[in-house]
Amino acid sequence: MSRGGAERPRGGAELSRGGAELSRGGAELLETVTRIREHIVTMCASAEGGHLGGSMSLAEILAVLYFRVLRHDPRFPGMPDRDILLLSKGHGGIGLFATLCEAGYFPAGELAAYARPGSRFTAHPHPGIPGVEMPSGSLGHGLAVGVGHALAHRLEGSGRRCFVVMGDGELQEGSVWEAASVASAHRLARLTAIVDRNGLQISGPTESVGALEPLADRWRAFGWRVLEADGHDTDALTAALSAAPDPERPTVLIAHTVKGKGVAKIEGQARSHFARLGRRQQQQLLQALRADAEARR
Amino acid sequence: MTTATASTATTATATTAPHTASTATAAPPASTATAATATAPTHAASTATTAPHTASTATAATATTPTPADRPAEASGAHPVAPAERSAREVYRDTVAALLPREERLVVLDTDTGLFAGVDFGAGADRYLNLGIAEHTLMGAAAGLAREGRIPLVHTMAAFAASRALEAVKLDIALGDLPVLIAATHAGVSAGHLGPTHHALEDLATMRVLPHMTVVVPGDPEQTAVLLRQALTAGGPVYLRLGRSATPALPAGAEPPRLGKAQVLRRGTDLTLAACGPYPVLAALEAAELLAADGISANVLHLHTVKPLDTPALLEALADQHTLITVEEHWAAGGFGSAVAEELAVLPVRVHRIAMPDAFVEVAGSQRHLLQQGGVSAQSIAARARRALGTIGGGTR
Repeated sequence: MSRGGAERPRGGAELSRGGAELSRGGAELLETVTRIREHIVTMCASAEGGHLGGSMSLAEILAVLYFRVLRHDPRFPGMPDRDILLLSKGHGGIGLFATLCEAGYFPAGELAAYARPGSRFTAHPHPGIPGVEMPSGSLGHGLAVGVGHALAHRLEGSGRRCFVVMGDGELQEGSVWEAASVASAHRLARLTAIVDRNGLQISGPTESVGALEPLADRWRAFGWRVLEADGHDTDALTAALSAAPDPERPTVLIAHTVKGKGVAKIEGQARSHFARLGRRQQQQLLQALRADAEARR
Repeated sequence: MTTATASTATTATATTAPHTASTATAAPPASTATAATATAPTHAASTATTAPHTASTATAATATTPTPADRPAEASGAHPVAPAERSAREVYRDTVAALLPREERLVVLDTDTGLFAGVDFGAGADRYLNLGIAEHTLMGAAAGLAREGRIPLVHTMAAFAASRALEAVKLDIALGDLPVLIAATHAGVSAGHLGPTHHALEDLATMRVLPHMTVVVPGDPEQTAVLLRQALTAGGPVYLRLGRSATPALPAGAEPPRLGKAQVLRRGTDLTLAACGPYPVLAALEAAELLAADGISANVLHLHTVKPLDTPALLEALADQHTLITVEEHWAAGGFGSAVAEELAVLPVRVHRIAMPDAFVEVAGSQRHLLQQGGVSAQSIAARARRALGTIGGGTR
């Protein structure tokens, strides 16, 4: 298992595109996913707390992207031919930080500074953090920025891809659908949106706050190819995110997930959205996480 | 204290304006055509609120230049300076059309404005993209392109760039200090009869408060081309404020505009008029003439760059003076005059602001007409100057 520093995963051009040569196999990736969740829990036990539920639901999605799909190099975050990952649901920031840390963008020790005064690790991501491509936190921004990246990639004639990870509650922002129309009209085949469909937002189920269903049909109506997968099944995610682009349209993957995934006690609860854990709660969650991971082996 | 008074005065002017103006326009008697030149120093202050409309009548009555169907009426007004052939936005379009094929980093993002219809971009054709009516996506996509090393020129109306898409400008573009040029047309009341949805009297305020943002208001079409080229090498985001229709060329003689540097259009010893925007600059120059007839000598500074503000030029102009009047096509709150007042707040200088009153403009009219209704006119400036210098009713200073 690597944990930053000298034990970084293979980077840059060595990282395969499309998952033909997986940089992390099944058991290894599951261990990485567990560690991402441990980082998340630990950051939620900081003095300021953190966005627990929506970061836990992202763990497999981000792990598959960074360890199986994206062309990237933690040693050179600005590598010109890298693929682009935009975390549009900025409240999943600590999930992204945990994943970037596991991928070797910075040492694990840096995460201990999360939310401390003066630390660059704020709850929402920004490009001051290695590996972060854009600031996010205000919802509904990422897809439009992704359109810009995808247009740039097409102009340069490269095969680079751009992935935009959004929350399902985020889809209530009108700007998402504005960008969806533009991406479709311009046939941005190498743009992929990923919806973390955990079904919950702060106030409760998305369908009782701002209805999204039939969500797949909605995206189809906007001219997108729609894929669906269990968002906690790394093999299913790998297959979906490695699929060849549809040359005529952008792709959205609706990843069905569970808010708070990884600890049964907090799963599927809207109130897990943000948590400030005490030391005892932290230890309980970490133990439960590890037990859950062992049970899944 | 000073600024509050200024604002109140401006509002009072606007309240009485529409009726006077529309009446005069409907039936311009021959005698009023001479009123513009009959502004006597002795009664100027007391008639300051109605003077603009008299001037407007004079303009209408003496206009003899045929107005092409495709050119709005204000372009043919009997201003001391001959009207330009093209509007700033047309100059912008033509400049961009010339640059795009040659400069590979440039990408033009349009929002179905129609300005670029029929333009042949040649080798740059694939770098012109119409994103449709989607201003948030316009700014976001520009940010994505800029992060990939491109220099996007985004094109929409000022009202939509500066208000509707403001959060995307703030977070996606300004936060990253990205080299995006936001070309915003129809600024101020240049949309005229299109109404308050298409006026932008808030854009200087919203844009200048954003860190990293450069804010530029070319004084005439020729300056648009020059400042546009400079803006493209500025390095960070630039808000380029353009009008809808042709405006008169500024008088020749000043140094070519340089981004961030004020232009000194006239030197004087009694007070300084600092103006921003095509008609405000012309009004300031005209006011200086009116004041000269009273024996009042005014500096006239053109500050086409609102941010960064050329504070040294203001300080130099005010070295032996204590009175400054700002003139702009913007609401009084937060605009150019506010920016100047903020900079000079620590100095013993009285800053008076001539700007559009705190109200939506809900009547039709040309850009020049609506400005005069709002009190942004040579007569208002001159009246304010006389009051500020204590020469109300004429007489000696």
